[in-house]
Amino acid sequence: MALIRWFGESDPWRLMERQAEQAQREFQRLWGNLGMSQARSSLFPALNIYDDGESFIVRAEVPGVDPKNLDVSATGDTLTIRGKREIEPAGKECSYHRRERSGGEFRRAFSLPDSVDTSKVMAMVKDGILEVRLPRAEAAKQRKIQIQAS
Amino acid sequence: MSSEQKKEITVSAKKEIQPGSGEPITQGVLFVPEVDITENQDGVTLTADLPGVRKEDLDIDYREGVLTLTAKVEPPPTHHRLTYQEYEVGGFQRRFTVGERVDIAKIEANLKHGVLSLFLPRAEEHKPRKIEIKA
Repeated sequence: MALIRWFGESDPWRLMERQAEQAQREFQRLWGNLGMSQARSSLFPALNIYDDGESFIVRAEVPGVDPKNLDVSATGDTLTIRGKREIEPAGKECSYHRRERSGGEFRRAFSLPDSVDTSKVMAMVKDGILEVRLPRAEAAKQRKIQIQAS
Repeated sequence: MSSEQKKEITVSAKKEIQPGSGEPITQGVLFVPEVDITENQDGVTLTADLPGVRKEDLDIDYREGVLTLTAKVEPPPTHHRLTYQEYEVGGFQRRFTVGERVDIAKIEANLKHGVLSLFLPRAEEHKPRKIEIKA
């Protein structure tokens, strides 16, 4: 991790802002080569990635996907989200007025940065939202270094 | 209404409701959920994708032949800094005109895995009633 250059600013908010910008740049350096476009993805499911300082949090909208039909795996440096969205067909006597929802199988994979501890990846589904928590490896966490008085 | 009963549910949906036009700003962006609508002799079934919507945050309103779905979605905690985005987080709203006589008392709604299933049963025809004459 590159050092934060000190601008002699006394405003802690400016400093925090600067650190946030830097974290974002670091993130883009690490995740920027995933082959994912910054534009709205045409892949299912669409993903948002958050950072709470401790972990990266990947969220995806997966309405109607039964958690048992959802498979999240972290192998080596790759995270894979795989699943099936089942849409019950209408009964025989039923006629469709609107048919906008679609079902089928899906799979998305992307490589994880080294700073993620893949052994501690956790995933959960709630109300049709998949959340994958990718904790930062201990070595990648920011630590405050104590200065000893001589 | 003409002798030919209008049977189809017609959609009158907005793509996105902008705050500022009388909408509370705190509600943020509203999206149009994707739906399937099927019909059989018992009634109309509506299935809507509402990811991230909890039961208590969903409002289903049916009055005078207009069905309105309004759902709120909790935004992620503020300390979760967004670093990569493919979808926007916001609520949902969609309005339907129901051209059927619906038995309001028997409307059934079920929300599971972010999908709403709503059954609007057809009202029973006006049955001929025998009127008792009291002595």
